[in-house]
Amino acid sequence: MRDVAIIGVGMAKWGELWEKSLRQIFVETALNALDDAGVDRLDAMYVGSMSSGLFVGQEHLGSLLADYLGQKALPAARVESACASGGLALRLGFIDVASGMNDVVMVAGVEKMTDLNPNEATYALGTAADQEYEGYHGITFPGLYALIARAHMERYGTTRKQLAMVAVKNHENGALNPLAQFPFKISLEAVLNSPLVADPLRVLDCSPITDGAAAVILAPVELAKKLQKPVVKIIGSGHATDSIALAQRKDITWLESTYQAAKKALAMAGKKIEDVNLFEVHDCFTIAEICVIEALGLVEKGKGGQAVEAGLTRVDGRFPVNPSGGLKAKGHPVGATGVAQAVEIVKQLRGEAGPRQVKGARIGLTQNMGGTGGSSVVHVLAAE
Amino acid sequence: MVGIVGYGAYIPCYRIRVEEIAGVWGADAESYKKGLLLEEKSVPAPDQDTITMAVEASRRAIKRAGINPQEIGAVYVGSESHPYAVKPSGTVLAEAIGACPDVHTADLEFACKAGTEGMYLALSQVKAGDIKYGLGVGADTSQGAPGDALEYSTAAGAAAFIFGRQKIIAEVLETYSFTTDTPDFWRREYQYYPRHGGRFTGDPAYFKHIVGAGKGIMAKAKIKPEDITYVIFHQPNGKFPLRAGELLGFQKKQLEPGLLVNRLGNTYSGSSPLGLTATLDIAKPGDVVLIVSFGSGAGSDAFLFRITERIDEVRDLAPKTRDMLNGRRFYLNYGSYAKFRKKIRKAEK
Repeated sequence: MRDVAIIGVGMAKWGELWEKSLRQIFVETALNALDDAGVDRLDAMYVGSMSSGLFVGQEHLGSLLADYLGQKALPAARVESACASGGLALRLGFIDVASGMNDVVMVAGVEKMTDLNPNEATYALGTAADQEYEGYHGITFPGLYALIARAHMERYGTTRKQLAMVAVKNHENGALNPLAQFPFKISLEAVLNSPLVADPLRVLDCSPITDGAAAVILAPVELAKKLQKPVVKIIGSGHATDSIALAQRKDITWLESTYQAAKKALAMAGKKIEDVNLFEVHDCFTIAEICVIEALGLVEKGKGGQAVEAGLTRVDGRFPVNPSGGLKAKGHPVGATGVAQAVEIVKQLRGEAGPRQVKGARIGLTQNMGGTGGSSVVHVLAAE
Repeated sequence: MVGIVGYGAYIPCYRIRVEEIAGVWGADAESYKKGLLLEEKSVPAPDQDTITMAVEASRRAIKRAGINPQEIGAVYVGSESHPYAVKPSGTVLAEAIGACPDVHTADLEFACKAGTEGMYLALSQVKAGDIKYGLGVGADTSQGAPGDALEYSTAAGAAAFIFGRQKIIAEVLETYSFTTDTPDFWRREYQYYPRHGGRFTGDPAYFKHIVGAGKGIMAKAKIKPEDITYVIFHQPNGKFPLRAGELLGFQKKQLEPGLLVNRLGNTYSGSSPLGLTATLDIAKPGDVVLIVSFGSGAGSDAFLFRITERIDEVRDLAPKTRDMLNGRRFYLNYGSYAKFRKKIRKAEK
């Protein structure tokens, strides 16, 4: 296997992009990434998108987006693994370059979600759950994560306030990210008093519906060096699945797929979790971030809530989590999220993250998750 | 000089509270009350519709104007709940107030701004010298689908304005309209309830047009927010007009007299016109009043008025808007409300 570097990243403002179509959103961001990398040709492209068919009625994205990027004939594929589509696209791009099959590969993610009304969007997102055993019985994602939150609170004494503190922290970080959908701080009281969605989760515990894209350009490290680009290497990649129905898990508060994916990625990287300086994780709901930091091994099982309250995961804490603002503040265009996590880590490892820069960051980790953890993809990135 | 010579308002006496609707749907009443600043809304009686309410409001406008209805040369009714798809509301209204047959009439539809369109047409014809008096009415028994966010606000009411050249109570200083093709809210033929674009109804629709029309008329009239005594914006909920006021540089106290939505609901074509009748009820001679309507689809009409001495002579000749809002009223439970609004029907024998 060859060593693989990320030589360019691209992202534009996320939000309710009512005046832009899916292809415009993608092309704008993809061109940013090509400019950043300083390349004008690609050997292959992988695009993560969870449900362009349900969101905008458009499938066959690989070809469409290659065409509109001005790269007809490019081998381009759309990758789907629910909300982990972007992370999985990154893994496939990584494997492609590492194997020696292709040299310059774009990995992008895109979703255009605001053309639907909230009910339709909730339905589209709900297809990431087990339709026969969950969806048909009427549960939606806020409901599933509410079950996880309830169980976590019952078993480990996690408090309502600790959940809220995840959102407060991520908005604090997001306030410093000009590309975020909601670049502003929110108070603890605002979270605790926001409208109830699925008890105990409230509106401000939930990541939003977002239009947006993210892109990175991968290349072998030798080529990256020739291009004289700041080299950020992908030193580990892990992927694991789990039953997508919560009821079929041994413990609904434990994200086994995240644990497995992280174990593999860290083993490949030859690193321990303590070696990692910053994390971009899948906080689709506040409880998700708490479960993720437990599954990654940042804290013991059941101690995630307390760790958040103690400030462990703040930008100035021992393990900074979601300096970008996370899904909560930055936005969650589902297919783009996993790629955007890598964009943030690259900016941080290059020292280009501005006021939200994690000081001295050398190694970063991304954790992207589908559904309630039916799939997880973890990458470990390192500054050269 | 051209302006309003008489105005009248009508609000039905039935109400339903936000809690009552939220209770039925298992929704969080507090979030509607805090988020949209809504408390209750008016409900039309089973035998009331756009026409009956337009008649009530118009009779009151005639009373204040003190004119012979035979001298009204044009009657316009703006509504999105005309009782007939084919057959005008305007003919019934014109007949009921005694304006027939020497009169021009038309029904108008433009979501929530059809009322100010009627006002604009009546005003324009008076200005052109074609007619002596023109009547413009905004009236609606607006509909929101059961369980939809709109159900908490869609209400009933009517406001009528007679324009003329003599015995003016509010001189028209300026008008301005701002229109684009923006599909934020619609109802197709044969559909009973309207559909809307959710959050899309905010920035690209309501705020863009209200702010566009507000800035446009102030620029045209060379006037600043601080020169205006009172301002009325279309009121789909309690939050939007307050934010529109902030965006245009108005103080809350300039909006307050005309802000009825928290206890009236959104009377669609009657919404900003009823805000104007409530403001005329308290305005003093010399006051400058701005009204900016909004209709989805989308557009805004703006009118700038200066109140004359005559206001003090006419305002007590007919019921005042806030007296109807705060006066005799009956609270419905959801079952009665559903019957009144024909959401449920008695089985045919």
